[in-house]
Amino acid sequence: MRNTQRSQKIAFFFLFLATLLIVIPVGLIVVIIIQKGWPAINWQFLTDIPRQGMRAGGIFPAIVGTFYLVLGAIIFALPIGLLAAIYLSEYAKDNILNRIIKLAIINLSGVPSVVYGLFGLALFVVFFKFGASILSGSLTLGIMILPIIITTSREALESVPQSFREVSLSLGASKWQTIRHIVLPNAIPGILTGTILGLGRAAGETAPILFTVAAFYLPQLPKSIFDQAMALPYHLYVISTQVPNVDEKIRYGTALVLLTLVLFMNLIAIIIRYNFRKKKKW
Amino acid sequence: MVKFNAKNLNIWFGQIHALRGVNIEIEANEILSVIGPSNSGKTSFLRMLNRLNELHANFKMSGWMEFDGQDIRKIDIEGLRKRVGMVFALPLPLPLSIFENVAYGVRMHGEKKRARLSEIVERALKQAYLWDEVKDRLGVSAFKLSGGQQQRLCIARTLAVNPEVILFDEPCSGLDPISTAKVEEAMLKLKKDYTIVLVTNNVKQAARVGDRTAFFLSGELVELDRTEKIFTAPSDKRTDGYIRGEFG
Repeated sequence: MRNTQRSQKIAFFFLFLATLLIVIPVGLIVVIIIQKGWPAINWQFLTDIPRQGMRAGGIFPAIVGTFYLVLGAIIFALPIGLLAAIYLSEYAKDNILNRIIKLAIINLSGVPSVVYGLFGLALFVVFFKFGASILSGSLTLGIMILPIIITTSREALESVPQSFREVSLSLGASKWQTIRHIVLPNAIPGILTGTILGLGRAAGETAPILFTVAAFYLPQLPKSIFDQAMALPYHLYVISTQVPNVDEKIRYGTALVLLTLVLFMNLIAIIIRYNFRKKKKW
Repeated sequence: MVKFNAKNLNIWFGQIHALRGVNIEIEANEILSVIGPSNSGKTSFLRMLNRLNELHANFKMSGWMEFDGQDIRKIDIEGLRKRVGMVFALPLPLPLSIFENVAYGVRMHGEKKRARLSEIVERALKQAYLWDEVKDRLGVSAFKLSGGQQQRLCIARTLAVNPEVILFDEPCSGLDPISTAKVEEAMLKLKKDYTIVLVTNNVKQAARVGDRTAFFLSGELVELDRTEKIFTAPSDKRTDGYIRGEFG
């Protein structure tokens, strides 16, 4: 009896310790970034172009650039990813080929992002001649987040109970009507979760945009999708390692803005998801 | 008139031989009860009638199955399922309101006018003896109803499409005796206008509502006869044993 209680206490201790080990670093990162970055945040920092070789002024072009890139990536990846997920979960037969395809897609999300960057450089920048541009960068980021969106959307579609499909079909609805009216509406919260994960990843990655869009220093806003643009993660890299004597608070301020931007985009998706969940009736 | 006609029907799910050489005719406007222990093939037989078995990836069939004198495989599948409705074992409302659940099938077949839909929903709910209980809250989620009400909602949903045949797959297995009595009452009234095939685990229910009763065992149709005959003087001793509860 005493033995059982002791092993329970030990198990609890280790489980709690593991959780603590995860929470503390995350908490510390957030605290340090806010502490060191907050003094840099003011209206000029958020709305002005970088000045004096990025040692003063603001980061507005980088904020706008990241926003465009993420938006472009989602516009490209969400519809294609969703359609592919519908095909794979609802129409594709369960055979070896399709299992390999599904496995390949899952594994693609583990490919290092610099590989996607090289791929984007070869395909969009050079072959399609889009040049280093927002279009090339968005497409590259889009391809990078496609596996995440496909995998999570597929799981969301497959978690809709089979019985709902049978009921709909038994009433004489076609397969597409069943997907459109029964399966999709009930899978939306899960699909949005995938989109949230994709958003965060697209906003934060440096390597894929390095070769395809990011400008070292561009003190103006992009005028079209064929322009180069600055982006927050790359800008952070530049002012941290490439430009000497940049004030620490500017670096942490940039990190804080990037963090807030990702959080803000996630929040929007979470609110949409929450509203759909509330409507869910089972 | 013969509604369904199966000749030497065999079906497989992968390696499993689920129906073995079944020959059966189902008459219009009768209630055919199908009884048998679990894994006897009775549900597989039922799902043959609206081709729901074809959802199974490894489904195969041989033999002949016709509906209204037509090869069932040649009838377009949505059209067939519109004419052959189904009520499932568990109450399975769709995640929609009461109104939208009943209107669902009709909507999918292209009806858009709100007034016409309201008319159809009201008629179907009345036929399923549910109208009085839900008429003031048609907009609420179907999941707010009790189990027995949900099952009658599912019957109403099937009726709204205006089928010729209704397949019941153990419709009362999750219901209390009072709800069961209400569902059985609805079935007996529906017989006038519809052909009904009732798969049931409850032998007494088969005796109460069936005109004819079919007994399945291990994928074979053992015996098919008038219900009184099956329950008083079955000609096969396996039927006799099952009815008297010797195996189940």
